[in-house]
This record gives sequence, C-alpha cells and structure tokens, in this order.
Amino acid sequence: MTLTNEYIQAQLQEKFGEQVGSFETPYGMLTFEAPKDINLKVLNFLYDEPTLQFRFLTDLTAVHYPDQPGRELAVVYHLHNLSANVRIRFKVFTNIQTPDVYTATGLFAAANWMERETYDFFGVNFVGHPNLKRILNVDEMDYFPLRKEYPLEDQTRIDKDDAMFGRG
Amino acid sequence: MKDQHIKLPQGSIEKTTTTLNLGPTHPATHGVMQNILELDGERVVSTEQTIGYIHRAFEKLAERRPLYQITTLTDRLNYCSSPINNMGWHLTCEKLLGVQTPKRVDYLRVIIMELARISDHLICNSIVGVDAGAYTGFLYVMQYRELIYEIYEEVCGARLTTNMGRIGGFERNFSNTAFEKIEKFLKEYPEVLKEFEDLFIRNRIFMDRTQGTGGISAERALNYGFTGPNLRAAGVDYDLRVHQPYSSYEDFQFNIPVGNTGDNYDRWLVRQREMWESLSIIEQAYRKVQDFKGKDAEVYHADAPAYYLPEKADVYTKMEALIYHFKIVMGETEIPKGEVYQAVEGGNGELGFYLISDGGRTPYRLHFRRPCFVYYQAYEELIKGSMLSDAIMTMSSLNLIAGELDA
Amino acid sequence: MSRPVSYNLVQKPLESDLSMAELPEVHMGDGFFATSLSKVVGLARKNSIWPLPFATSCCGIEFMATMGSHYDLSRFGSERVGFSPRQCDLLMVMGTIAKKMGPVVKQVYLQMAEPRWVIAVGACASSGGIFDTYSVVQGIDQVIPVDVYVPGCPPRPEAIIDGVMRIQDLVEKESIRRRDSDQYRALLESYGIQ
Repeated sequence: MTLTNEYIQAQLQEKFGEQVGSFETPYGMLTFEAPKDINLKVLNFLYDEPTLQFRFLTDLTAVHYPDQPGRELAVVYHLHNLSANVRIRFKVFTNIQTPDVYTATGLFAAANWMERETYDFFGVNFVGHPNLKRILNVDEMDYFPLRKEYPLEDQTRIDKDDAMFGRG
Repeated sequence: MKDQHIKLPQGSIEKTTTTLNLGPTHPATHGVMQNILELDGERVVSTEQTIGYIHRAFEKLAERRPLYQITTLTDRLNYCSSPINNMGWHLTCEKLLGVQTPKRVDYLRVIIMELARISDHLICNSIVGVDAGAYTGFLYVMQYRELIYEIYEEVCGARLTTNMGRIGGFERNFSNTAFEKIEKFLKEYPEVLKEFEDLFIRNRIFMDRTQGTGGISAERALNYGFTGPNLRAAGVDYDLRVHQPYSSYEDFQFNIPVGNTGDNYDRWLVRQREMWESLSIIEQAYRKVQDFKGKDAEVYHADAPAYYLPEKADVYTKMEALIYHFKIVMGETEIPKGEVYQAVEGGNGELGFYLISDGGRTPYRLHFRRPCFVYYQAYEELIKGSMLSDAIMTMSSLNLIAGELDA
Repeated sequence: MSRPVSYNLVQKPLESDLSMAELPEVHMGDGFFATSLSKVVGLARKNSIWPLPFATSCCGIEFMATMGSHYDLSRFGSERVGFSPRQCDLLMVMGTIAKKMGPVVKQVYLQMAEPRWVIAVGACASSGGIFDTYSVVQGIDQVIPVDVYVPGCPPRPEAIIDGVMRIQDLVEKESIRRRDSDQYRALLESYGIQ
C-alpha cells in the first residue's frame, strides 16, 4: 500500500471528519490544517496509525499573518515518514490574543527547542512545555521580534543613518 | 570504579554537586554556546545549555531582501561548508520559481557541494583530534583545506563565505585553472586523507577516549530529530542525497556509511568514511563534466531569463534582455505565491529551507531548519553520567557550528 | 607531503631571506649601548604578543587558517595562543558579537592585564557587518576600546596578519607611561571601565 497524499487525506478525513480541512498540495507536499485544540490528537494519530507512521518531526515553526483577524499566528509542523519517504505539512491557526497551543514535546523530543524558538520569535504559548523561555534572544527582551509590526533594525543605534539606507 | 567518599570534618557543609560553567568563551566550545554542568566529582549529573550568543536574526533579515541577496545570509549558517548552504537555497528558489537546471550545472554543483562536505568533515575530525590532545592532524589537514579554498576562489572569488552560484546555475563557467586545481586535489588528497586516518583510526589512546562515550540509540536519535552523520552513526541510513535526490545525485554511485552505537568513535568513523565517499563522487562528477564537449561544455546556467541575469551584450542590444536585467537587479521579478520546503544534505544533516512567498519582492517568511539546533537538544542525554572529559569530546564530535545553532 | 609552492620562481640568496629587527635609535660605543627604555620594551613586546582568539563565527575559521602552516601567524611571535585573558596581551575579536555576548566581551576585556590591545577582525566586529539587526552589537567599539580594525567578510589571512602587524607597530611605538596617563583613563571612563 503506497502512501499517497490521497490516502493520507482520506485517513485524516475518516478519523477527524470536518475538523481537518484546507487540503492543498503545493509543490507536491500535502498541507492541511486543523483547529488548535485537536493538534495533539492529529499528531498522535499520524504517529500511531500503522499505515501512516509519521514519526519524524522535521520542523516546527510559526508564521504571522497580521491581516487575518482571529487566525494571525500559524504554527506549522513538518512531519516525515522515513520508511515510506513521505512528507506532510500540518498547520494550526491561533489568534494573537490567546496564542495557546498544546505542546508536542511529549511525542517528539525534538519539539522542545523548536517550540522555545517559536515562543521567542512569535509569542506562541505552548501549554505544557517543560521549559518555555527565550532561547535565542536576550532574556530581558519584552517583545516578540519576528512579528510583522516590529522593525528589523535596532532603533537605538546612532551610527547608522536610516535615510542613507532608503528607509525612515 | 567506585567513587571514594572523603569524610568531611564535623560542622562543614557537604555540597553534593559542583556547578561548572563551560562558558561561551572556552577553547572546547567551538563557537559560542554555554553549558552549565552539575558535576559530582568528575561525573556529569545534569547540564543546562544556553545558546543565542550569536543570534543574528537571519529569518527577520531575510524578509527584507530579495531572493538573490539571501544567498549571502545562507553562507553564514554553516560557515565551514558554505557552498552547500548556497546551493540548497538556490534549489529552494528554483523549486519555487519552476526553473530546471541543465545536467552540466547539476554536476558542477555536485563537485562543489562534495568539496564543501569534505572541508566540513575535515574540520570536525581534526578538531576532535585536537580536543583529545592530538594537534598534529589538524595542522596537516588545514593545508588541504587551503587547496579547497583555492578551488572556491577560482570559481567565485571568495574563500569562506562563498556566495557561490546564482538561481539557475553559476555566475561564470569553471575556468581551466579551476579544473586543474580539482584534478590536483583528486590526485594529492587521497594519500593525505590516508595519512590523517592512520594517525587516529587504530590509535589506542584515541579509541579509549572516544569509544563508549556519548552514545545514543537509533530510536532516541530519531525522536530528537537527528539527521546527518550523527544519525548515521547511530545506525539509521538516512541520507537526503539518496532518499530525496536533488541536483542529479541519483546519477552517482556511492555508499552511505552507517555506525552501530552512535558514540564518538562511530561519529568520527562515519565522517571519515563519508570523506572517502565524497572523494569518489567528485571523481565521478568530474569525469561526467569532462564528457560534455563543444557547445555543451559552455552551459553553466539554466535558460531562465526572468531570473538569471542575461549576457551583457544582449542587455545593450535587445529590449527584453534590458527589461529582465533591470527587473532582476532591482528585485522586481515576478515571484509566484506559494510555500515550498526544500532540504539538502548539509555537513551536519538535513538543512531545510521553508519559504513562504506572497508574490512580493522579498519572502513573506523564510525559516531555516538547522540541523545543529535540533540535535544539540540531545546533549544532556548524551553526556549524563559520563566524565567531564568525555563531555568535551562529545561536544566536539557532534560538530556544533554556532552560526547554524543560532541563525 | 607539503605541496610545492608554485609561484616562488626566483631563487633568493639566503641572506636576503633572513629578516632582522630594526635597531631603534641608540647611542652605541665600546661596551655600552644606550637608548630609551620605551624603545627596548616596545621592541621586545612587539615580537612576542600572546593573542586571545575570541572567535565567534566565520572569521574564526579564517583565523584557524591563519594559524595553520600556510599563513602561519606564529612567525610574528604569536605562537602561543591562550584562552585565559589573564595571560594574554591581544584580544582578537573575530566574528559577530550579539547583544547577548556583549557583556561577555566586556568581562573578558576587564580580566586582561595592562598593557592590552584589542583588534576587531572582520566587518561584524568593526561595525556590525551585514547584520544591521536588533540583536547584533553594531561594532565592538560600542563596548570596549579598539586599537585596530580589520575589514573584510571574512578578511583574508593576509589581512588578519596585516592587522597584527599594525598592532605590532602600535606596541613598538607606545610609551611605557601611556597606561597611567589621563588620556587613557578618560578613554576607559567613556566606556564605563574603571
């Protein structure tokens, strides 16, 4: 039984029904989304189901969409089935006022630092994470830098003139 | 070996563990990362890692730059093997833009990527030797890295942060000097590698230092997201060049070396054998490139005028070339909307690029899946219960490059 | 096993291959040799600088190439690189310094004993380099006083050696009273260092 995108989609829709949706295949990788309260159920299903067996977490990151109210932050999981060599992408949207998402560290030890990085950059609060604090930025930083509203440059620097760089 | 407990005098406070800060500046931490170790005598009880001492905000910086300017950022990820990062980024852009590169370009890319892999593994293996106290191997081998740097210089002009190639191929054809240098490398390097290997491979002291320390089982390694030589040393034969071939790797014959226990000795051996395999791939690729004759030997980029700068003569005479030149240089080319994930086998494992484009001139979101960041989490599990000196050896045999850790 | 040097085609006689250090201005005579203490001390110091390679990123790899046998920094007397600031003269900051690392650089600088020199190797250490971002210190001279800046990204080993040679010039010409002078103290005050 070769693991095709249609088979994965059929299995997911059979198990979760209407909750999983937005099935697309950009550049050959099946991408779907689910509500944030069932993200662990979906991950566990993909992990345990004998025909699916997505047991490798390649990547965990987030994207900020400021113009989608109620769905501003998207947490994106890239999963990989090593034996069948199939990758899928699983997205979970959350709003920016209560960005609480259940942690995947119980299932994948790799998710530990990836979630800390996502918290550091976007402020996604992973519920149940053993050690959710900033990992790459200084601990005293009080904002989440990769959100679109914050600038790239350090605004307190005095030696570089923004006008010369074509901005400000 | 039982630990001797010393009887402390009456009234003194008996502390059970010592806290040792293996700080960001330490000769053993290659690159800036901090480990705060709790030691019971010489044995490690627990450790806490702090990274971010070289966080340069690549992902935010990438949202400001058009696609071809991001290549300079990717150089600085794993700076020991920058061409692999560059090629990986170009492959991602080509996947997004739908550019198909000709075979000769693919083979030239393979030569450069394998040279970069040799360069990365040479540093790692010789630094493992330096940490065990054997400095000579490092000096022998640095001279051959200079030859690899000379080849990079012939191709792109830079030694370390190469910014090599363009979306669709290379900026210029490989000159005859470049091919002569590659030939010279292929001729002289095998005996150097053999000499370096003989210094360590059955050396009793080195084997005692590295065997049995820092081991990890295949299941735990997979759960931690290990990829690359560290995973192969643990026993899983997962190599992106074979399982998801990119840049015509399917045309080459090579083996994947796999270890058993995942300890430091296995990692050293896997990297060593991978260098031999890389050498054989370079020889095959070189012969394949030499097989292109006449007009085919002039091909060094894809036919994608919308994304690859046209010839200067055309820019001055033809209207379309002028318009393309202007749009590419100003960064106003049409980038399709979409999201793409492309991974290449970097020196340390699966280096992935997750690019979301919204049709604008710069990416909407670019995320680097950095292998070092993912497997450094396992460091605590690798060294729990081992001696301090083994902890140092484990850290250097994992090949942690700080640029890739923090990005 | 060393590969033959292919560009050195003209055979030089041995005498011109040796280089001797220049004598400073001296009064010499039968059995005596008088000069100023500064000059002798400068001459002695400049050929035995012990560097501390504070290598954070890519420039650190170019430093490794400089220390290797092809470019060989030890010809200049810097054979012994130390990692303890208490024992070193020259702090070579090579690589990007992030805001998290700034206090560490300052602490290492404070631990060095006078006389101490600082060389900022690479664009990132000189001015922040290509990383004009919220997390990178735009040049280590925001944190510690710097003597020589070596531009490049990364600078070639020859450029790093040139930077060390400029430091040697500074070391040779420096007055032995400089570290106690008011001007130097004012410089350290401006960085908040006592």
